[in-house]
Amino acid sequence: MVLSKEKKLEMYGKMVKIRSFEERIVDLYARGLVPGLAHLYIGEEAVAVGACANLRDDDYITSTHRGHGHVIAKGADVRSMMAELFGKTTGYCKGKGGSMHIADVNIGILGANGIAGGGLPIGVGAGLSAKYRKTDQVTICFFGDGASNNGTFHESLNLAAVHELPVIFTCENNQYAISTQQRMHQTIKDVSIRATSYDIPGVTVEGNDIMAVYEAINKAVQRARSGKGPSLVECKTYRWRGHHEGDPNLGERYRSREDIKPWVEKCPITRFERLLLKEKVLTKAKIDQIKETVKKEIDEAVEFANNSSFPKHEDIYQDVFQEEMGGSR
Amino acid sequence: MREITYAQAINEALRENMRRNSRIILMGEDIGRYGGIFQVTVGLLDEFGPERVIDTPISEAGFVGTCVGAAMTGLHPVAEVMFIDFTTCAMDMIVNQMAKMHYMSGGRGKVPFVLRTNIGAGRGAAAQHSQSFHSFFMHIPGLKVVTPATPYDAKGLMNTALVDENPVMFIEHKKLFITKGHVPEESYAIPFGKADIKREGTDITIVATHALVQKSLNVAEEMSREGVEIEVLDPRTISPLDREAILNSVKKTGKLITADEGCVTGGFGSEVAAIVAQEAFDYLEAPIMRVGSPDTPVPFSPPLEQFYIPDEGSIKDAASRILAYQ
Repeated sequence: MVLSKEKKLEMYGKMVKIRSFEERIVDLYARGLVPGLAHLYIGEEAVAVGACANLRDDDYITSTHRGHGHVIAKGADVRSMMAELFGKTTGYCKGKGGSMHIADVNIGILGANGIAGGGLPIGVGAGLSAKYRKTDQVTICFFGDGASNNGTFHESLNLAAVHELPVIFTCENNQYAISTQQRMHQTIKDVSIRATSYDIPGVTVEGNDIMAVYEAINKAVQRARSGKGPSLVECKTYRWRGHHEGDPNLGERYRSREDIKPWVEKCPITRFERLLLKEKVLTKAKIDQIKETVKKEIDEAVEFANNSSFPKHEDIYQDVFQEEMGGSR
Repeated sequence: MREITYAQAINEALRENMRRNSRIILMGEDIGRYGGIFQVTVGLLDEFGPERVIDTPISEAGFVGTCVGAAMTGLHPVAEVMFIDFTTCAMDMIVNQMAKMHYMSGGRGKVPFVLRTNIGAGRGAAAQHSQSFHSFFMHIPGLKVVTPATPYDAKGLMNTALVDENPVMFIEHKKLFITKGHVPEESYAIPFGKADIKREGTDITIVATHALVQKSLNVAEEMSREGVEIEVLDPRTISPLDREAILNSVKKTGKLITADEGCVTGGFGSEVAAIVAQEAFDYLEAPIMRVGSPDTPVPFSPPLEQFYIPDEGSIKDAASRILAYQ
């Protein structure tokens, strides 16, 4: 597939931005500077960026508890994200949602989600809505190998298939449901074979190869936009960090450093970098420049978050309900 | 004025709103060709077509969640969950998604979505098709919970539900579907959080919901002949709850009975009792009595089921105990 140089640079930049954002969170968490819980995306960047590179601003995504990568790939602003992680009023959710609930409906981000499998039916709803409104918007529904055992996975694929909805179910198979390895939570090796049950296309790709992800999702998006219905795309990848920051020693209760090592060697960013250097889209100098720009952006986001204020106690009562009423009677 | 049934009143509200607002779609099991298990959606498929009246697979989590996503992206869906008992299959979608999306996103996302379902025993359908756990949903911030007791209220409340941009649990009562009442042909709306005094009285307040409204009125008529004037207050929505109307009534009568078909423990009546005990303690002249279902699953055998359902006898017992209190 031929992509413009600009598009490839943009994709590379987004991968770097995700990595850089997450590495900063590692540091901030370790120093106790951000509250709560964060599930980091390091090592899986090719999936979010390769998939979302196929989307328009008015297309939708539903995300997961490990959602920072998806929302950055879809165009979220890292300042509002960082402020949200800090629990500040200037955050995406005014500090009410935190890491697991970042949403920006204006650019189609229907929310990260704290419930494994929780986003799938919502993605189907976005698909139903687009079809009903006769737009050609599509929805990418991200979820993990763990969520593929949840009832909502099956209910959602079935519903989307029956109604031929424009939804791309994108399974990010990072091989662990928290600590439970894939072979211990399902008998199949490829989640994509479950597409057969719903008579929709299912494909498995190397999830650390951004071009492979891009191409598989591209096909599924074309199918969805042309009204032919949903697809299931499985991207095999690996999470480098623990389940969350605070999972001891990168998850050594259930895996060893030796298990992680080969995947670090298969780093999706280094891999794309090598390709782009070979294609002369990138130069060493350009790489340094991109990384420097991103670093500056993340520095500014942290500064913005630090300088923002916490919500006031009375803010707890705001946004329980939408005050404004709908259509007139 | 013409009389129509509770089911017809809801059907009429759905139909009128669907004509007015093309964002409204219906989803549920057997709501199209079959017309819904209680015939509430009958005829709507013919008028609005399969794009707007959607028969779903048996997938409560799937289609309730689909409605959440559709609501977030511009539609105003109405789901029918065949029995309240089946909402448990969709509880994550209701409690964790539908109710909280607006709050979690700091007000960026909204979920204008009406989930219709029904409560009530009395059809010999046993423990998984007869429950009345509507008060469970008033414990979940972010949901509005509507409990219509008459055809008039059902239409007016549905009209409000369909212009509200929030998630609404519209909880019908399956034994009321065939009851008839006066319903204007023109459109009218009943605001949420506004109780209706179904009968005025000075001696005892009964805060009643659903089928127990009529049963309370029956008792009130009977006891009126004995010189006891009962006030029957129907909150119509249990969330938001018209606390002020309840407190005003109790301040007048000094005595309170709650009558709600849920199991007594942890139920709607318990909440009302707590509010009154906290806010109107000095006005109470007798202990508060709660009328409700026993704390057991709904039994099948007809004599047991009849014993299970709170009725006029249960209300009269409560009233006599209050009146006997010195």
